[in-house]
Amino acid sequence: MGKTLAEKIISDHTGKEVAAKDIAVVDVDVVMAQDGTGPLAVSQMEKMGITKVKKPSSSILFIDHAAPSPRKELSDSHIVLRRFAQKTGARLSDTGEGICHQLLVEKYVCPGDIVIGADSHTCTSGALGAFATGMGSTDIAVGFALAQTWLMVPGTIRIDLDGGLARGVFSKDIMISVIGKITSDGATYKALEFSGNMIGNMAMDDRFTMANMAVEAGAKTGLFPSDEVTLKYLEAIGRKNCFKKMYADPDAGYEQVLDVDCSRLEPMVSKPHTVDNISPVSQLEKVKIDQVFIGTCTNGRLSDLAVAADILKGRKVAHGVRLIVVPASRDVYLQALDEGIIKDLALSGASVMAPGCGPCVGVHQGILGDGEVCLSTQNRNFKGRMGNPNSFIYLSSPATAAWSAVKGYIADPREVLV
Amino acid sequence: MEEKILEGKSFKFGDDISTDLIAPGRYFHLRSNLGELAKHVLEDADPDFARKVKPGDFVAGGKNFGLGSSREHAPAIIKLAGVGAVLAKSFARIFFRNCINVGLPALICDTGSIEDGDRLEINLASGFIRNLDKGQEIRFNPLPKVMIKILSDGGLTEHIKKNKGFNL
Repeated sequence: MGKTLAEKIISDHTGKEVAAKDIAVVDVDVVMAQDGTGPLAVSQMEKMGITKVKKPSSSILFIDHAAPSPRKELSDSHIVLRRFAQKTGARLSDTGEGICHQLLVEKYVCPGDIVIGADSHTCTSGALGAFATGMGSTDIAVGFALAQTWLMVPGTIRIDLDGGLARGVFSKDIMISVIGKITSDGATYKALEFSGNMIGNMAMDDRFTMANMAVEAGAKTGLFPSDEVTLKYLEAIGRKNCFKKMYADPDAGYEQVLDVDCSRLEPMVSKPHTVDNISPVSQLEKVKIDQVFIGTCTNGRLSDLAVAADILKGRKVAHGVRLIVVPASRDVYLQALDEGIIKDLALSGASVMAPGCGPCVGVHQGILGDGEVCLSTQNRNFKGRMGNPNSFIYLSSPATAAWSAVKGYIADPREVLV
Repeated sequence: MEEKILEGKSFKFGDDISTDLIAPGRYFHLRSNLGELAKHVLEDADPDFARKVKPGDFVAGGKNFGLGSSREHAPAIIKLAGVGAVLAKSFARIFFRNCINVGLPALICDTGSIEDGDRLEINLASGFIRNLDKGQEIRFNPLPKVMIKILSDGGLTEHIKKNKGFNL
């Protein structure tokens, strides 16, 4: 029998042929931690008595979750990471450079790689055709030390995307709807592999959004094959040489195949407090909002900011609504400046912040008050996620978020994108 | 695998206990101070948990326990609070792996009959849980062999230290 993408990549890294459910110790290509998980990884490495990082040029510490630091304790954690990088030669990505997952795809990950990261959304890099998965700090400490990890080869759910998207409907809407079908634990221990006629037309930004949210269905990773679109993306950012065509064998074995007719989809939201609690925007009662957040490793890329700016240009954010925009990386920020996107957003009333995770993790830059409602383009809406357990988070595409910011309640972007 | 029998009182939680409920983001700044962070363990699921839990007690959840972020601080502070084992119908993948890495037994079993306050006796080696208050026995799924190895070495850090690398 042929191999799924996950089986292929893991086999390539073990020197033997492996299939779903096998346990394998693999060499890893890229290892990373961020400022919330990195300090613990550093201290775990110390406990192991290991001082050397095996592959410093592809071991990265990202300061993105609380950057710039809002508190002394976190500033001290940042110092720990800077010192570790200085001592070991590991790479450091400091305040303002952007979100780990965005910088990984911009600068580090190649198709066919194995990537492990102390952050659950490490699966984002799966959009490049890499096996990328989140782990805890101790696993990442071992990754820094040995450039190895152990894995159980996952079985795969293939998601066949067919049909075109209607205007106003985006890859975020597809993924929210897929998670609603699979549920928040339906893909636990499994890989998602995206396939079907539609993906050839799907831009990298849209693929990143979908791979990013694979973990919200419990999945270990979310994989796209690497193709012409991947090649063009890597070419445009000067990394053409790392392209490799990755695809599943036609006779690979899947645990399940899920068919999605994208032409039937409409703008979707996840309602509080789980990602799989979904609804079409058209079926919501009028949900008034206090804050809108456009950004994150899910939807803080150039095309996300562009669609928001298209909607917000010449309009004003509704009275009583705070709009926060955070570009995913410095490159995204600079391009958005060049294209006038940032100006349009700022003129509409948005607070545009430095690249990073922003308010998504509940540390700073937009913590919600008691009883407040936020519509966010982030990937999860668990109780307390944005720093206050007495608040309510809805998730949507950037278009829905932008139009809702204008209206003051969760609104259907098809009203404006006609 | 450890031979010891664990005994303690259970604290019952529902389905989908996320890492945000276990180690809330608003205490992000305490992540390098696990002792302080542990004072807030499970705070958003049960505000009094940290005050009530005694060494050796158990946390019993429903399905998909530990979903969400990769923060290893979540199982680390459950262990630091003295909890002897976490029981659930199912676990989210990263949380489960983190439990084993920090040396906190995570047992997959039918927790449906366990009520808040029930006293349990758990034999990690035999795979049985006895509900001392109800006189019932519950089986738990054995861990994968690699995880038993890591857990019996006292967690991943100790495993790597002892073997100078993976020996699974």
